Amino acid sequence: MAGTHVRAVRRRGEVRTIAGTFAGYAVLVFFSLIFIYPFVVQVANSFKTEPEAAANPISPIPAEPTLDAYEKIFWATDLPTWLGNSVLVTVLVTLGRIFFDSLAGYALARLRFRGRGAVFATIIAVMAVPGVVLLIPKFLVLNQFGIYNSYTALIVPLLADAAGVFIMKQFFESIPPSVEEAARIDGAGTFRIFWSVVLPMARPALITLTILSFQGSWNELPHTLVAVQDPDLYTLPRGIADLVTGSLGVGTQYPLKLGAALLATIPVAIIFVIFQRYFVRGANEGVDKG
Amino acid sequence: MADATLTRGRLSGARGAARRGGRRRSVRDAENVAGWLFVAPALIIIGLFVLLPILMALWVSITAWNGQGSPFTSSVEVVGLENYTRLFTEPGLAREDFMTSLRNNIYYVITVVPLQTALALGLAMIVNARLLKGKTFFRTAFYFPSVTSSVAISVVFLFIFANTGVINQLLGMFGVQGPAWFSDSRGVLHLLLSGLGIADIDNPPAALTEGGPFGLSWWEWLSGPSVAMCSIIALVVWTTSGTFMLMFLAALQNVPVSLEEAAMLDGANRWQRFKNVTLPALRPTLFLVLTLGLIGTWQVFDQIYVMSQGNPAKTTLTPAYLSYRTAFRDFDYGSGAAISFVLFLIIVVFTLLQRLLLRERGGRS
Repeated sequence: MAGTHVRAVRRRGEVRTIAGTFAGYAVLVFFSLIFIYPFVVQVANSFKTEPEAAANPISPIPAEPTLDAYEKIFWATDLPTWLGNSVLVTVLVTLGRIFFDSLAGYALARLRFRGRGAVFATIIAVMAVPGVVLLIPKFLVLNQFGIYNSYTALIVPLLADAAGVFIMKQFFESIPPSVEEAARIDGAGTFRIFWSVVLPMARPALITLTILSFQGSWNELPHTLVAVQDPDLYTLPRGIADLVTGSLGVGTQYPLKLGAALLATIPVAIIFVIFQRYFVRGANEGVDKG
Repeated sequence: MADATLTRGRLSGARGAARRGGRRRSVRDAENVAGWLFVAPALIIIGLFVLLPILMALWVSITAWNGQGSPFTSSVEVVGLENYTRLFTEPGLAREDFMTSLRNNIYYVITVVPLQTALALGLAMIVNARLLKGKTFFRTAFYFPSVTSSVAISVVFLFIFANTGVINQLLGMFGVQGPAWFSDSRGVLHLLLSGLGIADIDNPPAALTEGGPFGLSWWEWLSGPSVAMCSIIALVVWTTSGTFMLMFLAALQNVPVSLEEAAMLDGANRWQRFKNVTLPALRPTLFLVLTLGLIGTWQVFDQIYVMSQGNPAKTTLTPAYLSYRTAFRDFDYGSGAAISFVLFLIIVVFTLLQRLLLRERGGRS
């Protein structure tokens, strides 16, 4: 009798788990739809005609697929220029951050120099400065230096960042110093040791930093707002923002706007799919900041 | 500032090398020079484009500079703290706009932070469930919106919330007539009070409209987020939950399975297990997510810039956007900078709170 009781309990438990699993999947699928469908809507509607996008925005399949929006994007807007600027800015900023952030991170982790504590405290303090309150201040500096509205203004201020220095410092501290000591005994200078011994070992951290810099500079809007005003110097986010807010006068034209936004999303999506685990690490690195 | 310390570092290094003291001393000097050379590029960039700008903006915030010429000449009028007092004590448009932006941002914060935290925790718990397969796929799907461009995503949501957009067509299927999201300035709290018959939105009670703190009437303070703001709230909750979900996931994976099993054997039901086992283990992460949320939501800018520019009827105006608009559209750089610094102060308070909590956590573990 006790046995049947136990079995009954277990069976009830099993039924419960199956129901639970089913409910779990149902909830997951529901939320996946919420998180993915906006992108489906975006892709689908960029291939629709304007009247169709207005009349039937939900359908994932265009009734009469057309490349009109993309033809206009490439021939009637400055998007190719913005794309070129975005690539230039992103590549230079990413290279700059990889080099300068790891240099500084290495010094803060390994080299004993007078004032190191103060430098590190400055880095930590700067990390707490929110980007949006720097809009007017940054403009003032760029204006004062006479570099407002130039590639220099667009790129140079972003070439190093406090968070990147912090990430690299944390990583270098986790590497055992014995390797460097061996190289030092062989007579290698500090930069040699950094460049050919330590940096190659820092690959995981460098990939994380590359991804954060790439994503950050590719998506950056506020900095471009206060650094440039000439449409020839716009990056993709700036150009698309102006396209949408109507200052470039394109009217409703949702397929065109969605298509332009899609083009800005694709590079990040590709990088995301390839380096997903590094993105995850980057997100959790944020937890340890401060 | 960076330059000064840098030179000092170099000088002392050079002096030490010239003296040619013992070998140990010269090694230390070499390390000194190398250290400063290594941090110099990053420090100069950060000094020139973060620290110096803050000092310059502090100066501009006590002037009436209009953007013409340099703000650092004697011809620029110094107004002292007037740009700040105009935001708080002097009746006028500047204070009205600033208080409106604070109100909007407060409603935005108290809506977004709980929603994104709850959604992130919920998603993390489901994705973490032991019996489910395809975790990686779901994790990817929920996280992807966080990494995309805020501008690009705002464009998509403008389309989704358009008058004949996806949301209104979905609502239409249930017989509900959706609002014209981006031109609807009615506050949801007003609508709620109106719906409950407590106060009429078209004819608000005189007791509430006649007076109120800081130049806004009580009725205006009690608006709740506007319908337009709600669409921006939906967008932000949707994009940020993924990041916070990852943090919860990492924390959940550290909850010992044995602990949950022990609770199960003790006959604890699902809710009791969540409340007494999971939640206490997640407490530090929960605090962290809440404070990061508080810090982040006060900085909302990109979405406002792309989707609403503060409209309709200033109900999506936030301090960050207002400071930008005041400086670059109205050419009142002093007031704009003053608003930035007030916002800075608000955010710094939450940042200090977060670091305090982190330190406590570090101390305990």
